[in-house]
Amino acid sequence: MVKRFGGFTAVNNVSFRVDQGEILGLIGPNGSGKSTIFNMLSGTLAPTSGSILFAGHEIAGLAPHRIINSGIGRTFQIPRPFRRLSIFENVALAGFYGQGRHSRAKAEEAAERSLAMVGLPTDRHASVDGLGAAGLKKLELAKALATAPKLLLADESLGGLDEAEMDQAADMLRNIRDELGITIIWVEHIMGVLMRVVDRVMVLDHGEKISEGLPSAVAGDPRVIEVYLGTDAETTQAAAAEARRRAGG
Amino acid sequence: MMGQGRLAAWGVGLAALVALPFVYRDPYHLHILVLILIWSFAYTSWSMMGRFGLVSLGHGGFMGIGAYVTALLWNHAGLSPWIGIPISMAAAGALAMIVGYPCFRFRITGHYFVLVTLALSGIVLQVITATRDYTGGSLGYTPNRASGNRLLALQFDDKTTWYLIALAVWLFGIVVWHWVDRSMARYALEAISEDEDAAAAAGVDVTAEKLKITLLSALMTALAGAIYCQYQMFITPDTVSGIAVSLQMVFAAIVGGLFVSLGPTVGAIITILLAETLRIGFGTKAVGWDNLVYGVLLVLFIIFLPKGILGSLLDRLKLQRKVPRAHEQKAVQVARPGA
Repeated sequence: MVKRFGGFTAVNNVSFRVDQGEILGLIGPNGSGKSTIFNMLSGTLAPTSGSILFAGHEIAGLAPHRIINSGIGRTFQIPRPFRRLSIFENVALAGFYGQGRHSRAKAEEAAERSLAMVGLPTDRHASVDGLGAAGLKKLELAKALATAPKLLLADESLGGLDEAEMDQAADMLRNIRDELGITIIWVEHIMGVLMRVVDRVMVLDHGEKISEGLPSAVAGDPRVIEVYLGTDAETTQAAAAEARRRAGG
Repeated sequence: MMGQGRLAAWGVGLAALVALPFVYRDPYHLHILVLILIWSFAYTSWSMMGRFGLVSLGHGGFMGIGAYVTALLWNHAGLSPWIGIPISMAAAGALAMIVGYPCFRFRITGHYFVLVTLALSGIVLQVITATRDYTGGSLGYTPNRASGNRLLALQFDDKTTWYLIALAVWLFGIVVWHWVDRSMARYALEAISEDEDAAAAAGVDVTAEKLKITLLSALMTALAGAIYCQYQMFITPDTVSGIAVSLQMVFAAIVGGLFVSLGPTVGAIITILLAETLRIGFGTKAVGWDNLVYGVLLVLFIIFLPKGILGSLLDRLKLQRKVPRAHEQKAVQVARPGA
């Protein structure tokens, strides 16, 4: 797919696939086109050209709510809770409208399950204002899960968390895949924690795919190292020293 | 949520309201009550969308269509209001869709939405004034007196009948308000009013949800206009349409309380009593003063009491009742540190 904003090409002929039940990591430095790809997948942006097939159906350019209803859930990089609703109502809303508005009882069941899955209280009146950064991330995830997705798009879900919280969140994504069989595309710029959980990684730079494969292979790819660490000898040496220090500790 | 106590309070209140005209027959006071009930219904209709941040200054237009279309169909086509009112509501609904769809589809929100709707009520007023050969222009318009069946013509002379009709319409508005309040649509509309993208990411069809509530609100407002016309038997462009009427709706709903079902009713009591006091106290010297007072009060309320009189009052009552509960919640949190 291709996305241009005026004369600027944000995503240039990037093509990829994700298999059912897989966790695909999507990484790259700031401005590499991760979020643009993410927004095209979730319908916030329409691709300039190219196509997006989901379970055999073309979804490129569909309205966001249609994409959600076709079985793709998404989280936002910066949590966007509805503060006028309680935690439970936030998730029940997603359960109702994300699953074709069938039944309120089903939506509330979905909300209870999703909240339990991410470890938030299922109390109906608990306010969003009581949640911290980690809690808000969990709420984002619960909202996405309540729409009963087959594919979950997780946008940099770990920014702003401490290391323990990060590990916990990474494990949660893996649990979601293992227990619910949901395919996940995980966009992140913190590399370490992602590598531990994903099956495959795709690396972007300046709107182009520069590497794709197993985490171990991608981490050793010279082009990836170049993008992440720079080429001049000093930084490379410093990074190597840092890596040795960590291995030793 | 409606507890047993509240349901009982509503029952007793309603019974008292229904019994009132049979006990108390002062025609002037009943007239004021009828006006309050009809305008309460109009304000409630406005607040259906206003409470979700969809501030419309076009509702004067919907009300004018309700009143004029019903009266014109009666005078020119001999159509009974029983058919004319649904047609006028459909006309207002169609106009709401025509204006609403492009606004919502292309994300005209906030101040820009207010401006578009402002134009709408201006246009309706101009059309009524310009087609004076049919509508009587700014001099006003009177539905022909029925010669035959009064019920068919929806024309009644006694205040008691009108009081009961107005009460039923008002109650209908309150019931619809509660119905929306308890529906999933309220969650969706609250979400939309905060963040349209995030609402869409939860699967909400933002355009459709906004259109639905706008349609409902416009239909109800047109009904209010038609009922007002049938009761007063005289309408002018300035009393049922235009920007002044729209502003009066905004004022009353905000002053009474946008987020509680009886807020617009409290707003209507205040506006009607204010207008009547000025009319009796100062007569023709005070024409237009009520609008001045509305303007000043609106600014003060938005700054100091954004939840309105009733909303703030209920909040204060709830707060007093919740004091002991706050300790319970803390205890729960201590007991479950992980949550």
